[in-house]
Amino acid sequence: MQLARVIGEVVSSVKDANLVGIKLLVLQPVDAAGDKAGRTLVALDSVGAGTGEHVFFVRGREAAFPFYPVEVPTDAAIVGIVDHWDLES
Amino acid sequence: MPPLLASWITGISSPDADMQICRVVGTVVSTQKNRKLEGAKLLLVQPLTLDGAARGVALIAIDSVGAGVGERVLVVIEGKAAGDALGKKAAAVDAAVIGIIDQLDYQDEA
Repeated sequence: MQLARVIGEVVSSVKDANLVGIKLLVLQPVDAAGDKAGRTLVALDSVGAGTGEHVFFVRGREAAFPFYPVEVPTDAAIVGIVDHWDLES
Repeated sequence: MPPLLASWITGISSPDADMQICRVVGTVVSTQKNRKLEGAKLLLVQPLTLDGAARGVALIAIDSVGAGVGERVLVVIEGKAAGDALGKKAAAVDAAVIGIIDQLDYQDEA
């Protein structure tokens, strides 16, 4: 999984039938310090996340698991909203 | 997970980002998360080179062995293996700490 900040939302009217009703969010991955790390991506939301929140997401075929038994065509999904993270001092 | 995706996550350019040596650098607290992740401990782990230098971006892995901050650990970056470590089928996880490293010996071939 990777840390990211939700920086936007995508609206799509015409899409795969299995994606209907699922929110698409734009993520900026961040490193342990909270700084930008890598390029932005679009991920499906499975936890009710919103813009400005820190979240963590999975990549690959596991990204479809939160929506089981619907077989959703996706390669990234938000699986948790981060309350806070603590680093070693 | 295809190797290319795994390398994207870790920032490691090796064609096979298999099991990694990482250091636990932090803990992550998440109240609202996927049902299958309930009860799982989330650790922030920093991939390391063999000589202990940080490489790539830190990632979040579930802990199945009771690792703590500061320890060197073994991390699998692959969905099936991570799900097995969590003990749940079809769980939305792609990385797991599966061992704590006591000692690492290697010969530098460079």
